[in-house]
Amino acid sequence: MLNMGPQHPSTHGVLRLVVTLDGENIVDVVPDIGYLHSSVEKMMEYRTYLQNVALTDRGMDYLTALANEEGYLLAVERVGRIEVPPRARYLRTIMLELQRLSSHLVWLGTWGIDLGATTVFLYCFRERERILDLFEQATGGRLHHVYFRPGGVYEDLPDGWTDRVLAFCDEFVARVDEYHELLTGNPIFLARVQGVGVLPRDRAIAMGACGPVARASGVDFDVRRAFPYEAYGELAFDVPVFQEGDCFARYRVRMEEMRQSVRIIQQAIAKLPAGEIRAKVQVNVKLPRGEAYARTESPRGDLGVYLVSEGGDMPYRVKIRAPSFSNLYALTEMMRGWKVADVIAILGSVDIVLSDVDR
Amino acid sequence: MSAEAPRPTATPTRVAPIQTAVDILDTLPGGTVVLSKVEYLLNWSRAASLWPLTFGLACCAIEMMAAWAGRFDLDRMGVIPRATPRQADCMIVAGRCTIKMAPIVRRLWEQMPEPKYVISMGSCATCGGPFYYDNYSILKGIDQVVPVDVYVPGCPPRPEALIEGLLKLQEKIKVEPFLRRAVPA
Repeated sequence: MLNMGPQHPSTHGVLRLVVTLDGENIVDVVPDIGYLHSSVEKMMEYRTYLQNVALTDRGMDYLTALANEEGYLLAVERVGRIEVPPRARYLRTIMLELQRLSSHLVWLGTWGIDLGATTVFLYCFRERERILDLFEQATGGRLHHVYFRPGGVYEDLPDGWTDRVLAFCDEFVARVDEYHELLTGNPIFLARVQGVGVLPRDRAIAMGACGPVARASGVDFDVRRAFPYEAYGELAFDVPVFQEGDCFARYRVRMEEMRQSVRIIQQAIAKLPAGEIRAKVQVNVKLPRGEAYARTESPRGDLGVYLVSEGGDMPYRVKIRAPSFSNLYALTEMMRGWKVADVIAILGSVDIVLSDVDR
Repeated sequence: MSAEAPRPTATPTRVAPIQTAVDILDTLPGGTVVLSKVEYLLNWSRAASLWPLTFGLACCAIEMMAAWAGRFDLDRMGVIPRATPRQADCMIVAGRCTIKMAPIVRRLWEQMPEPKYVISMGSCATCGGPFYYDNYSILKGIDQVVPVDVYVPGCPPRPEALIEGLLKLQEKIKVEPFLRRAVPA
């Protein structure tokens, strides 16, 4: 038996893994969660729809604040039948993809540190600071934005923002090549991730894996393409799918997703329509009786929000289907049979955020 | 005689070395020997190499990581992250702490060698933050389980705010009666 965590440099938060070992071989892994349970679903029942937007940033996956806002507000807008103006839909799409870039950069940097490549961390955070600057100029926040509002977004873009984003996009494509050089060209990195932690396609589906983890195991599914929301239906992008199911495939899926995000941002800025940024709804929005399930593709996978309204300005119940939670249970499948030294590599490749698991 | 500017004093006021240095250092004649209090030197070296236990719990941990990355670079202040409490001087509690996590925070604090300090980073660690009302799982402030030296406000605090907090802690360490302190029971 080996106890890993909850305070461990590589757990990316507070996760406890109870690893049963036979010598160096992993027999079983039992994750112990709940160390970051913020009871956000319960708190939402006592706050108005507008106040809950700030809560989704903090209480759910903190690396992808805007993706949480999107999932929640999509459900609100479906219940209230609020039509989001086209410009707001495009602005949301641009912000969501920038958020995907910044989230994947944190994953790549921290995984690099776990595997002993500190340089990657410094490189990734260099680019991430650029993205955070762009966020700060447009939304006012670095990590928690509260930028999306029921029916649109909070504010229009500042002058020259789109040019700065395009300049960043051009530069960023070259940066992704740089990361590839640092990691894919590194034989030590390849030895630690190639063929390690294989999750076969049928097991991935059975364990409910989603997002990049499922796509690395050959599940060709992306919510942005299958059930388009915001402006994704009008933009062209590829969904990277790999068949191997190992850590290296998960790494390549995310690297390719970063390139595709840049493509989406460039197209969305080219097509960005003029006009209203917010539908004509009152600030403290009141919803009719009803319920809705909104499904979005957060950087970690399939993020679902089920919202029940009894009328009034507060939800009756909000249920969050967190992508990290289902990926965490696929982790057991991936780790079984591998050596104890591979635990860190496999855990990092799944990209779990414990705030998303516990909520 | 025409009016002339008042003559400057013959000898400029001599500033005592005790004032030019940090009010404590004093050089003996010749300038090769420095007089100081042992306590000051110890405090000075302790403050200049503050090794915190990186205790990332939630969102603030991401800003804490950013503070060590290229742009803010906490290493230049001698603040080097440690992953184990045994090597750490201070603990940065970054993020919300649940009631389930509280005993572990306490145990990690107890594992740290004396003298030890705690920085509470962010609103959640300070007072529960946005999770204060209607919440059954979050501890309303980390100071309920460990003594806190510096509170850094913000949700999450910017890396600059964390640097400010560490500088405040350094100020505190520098004036501490280190050798004469009461040993906690």
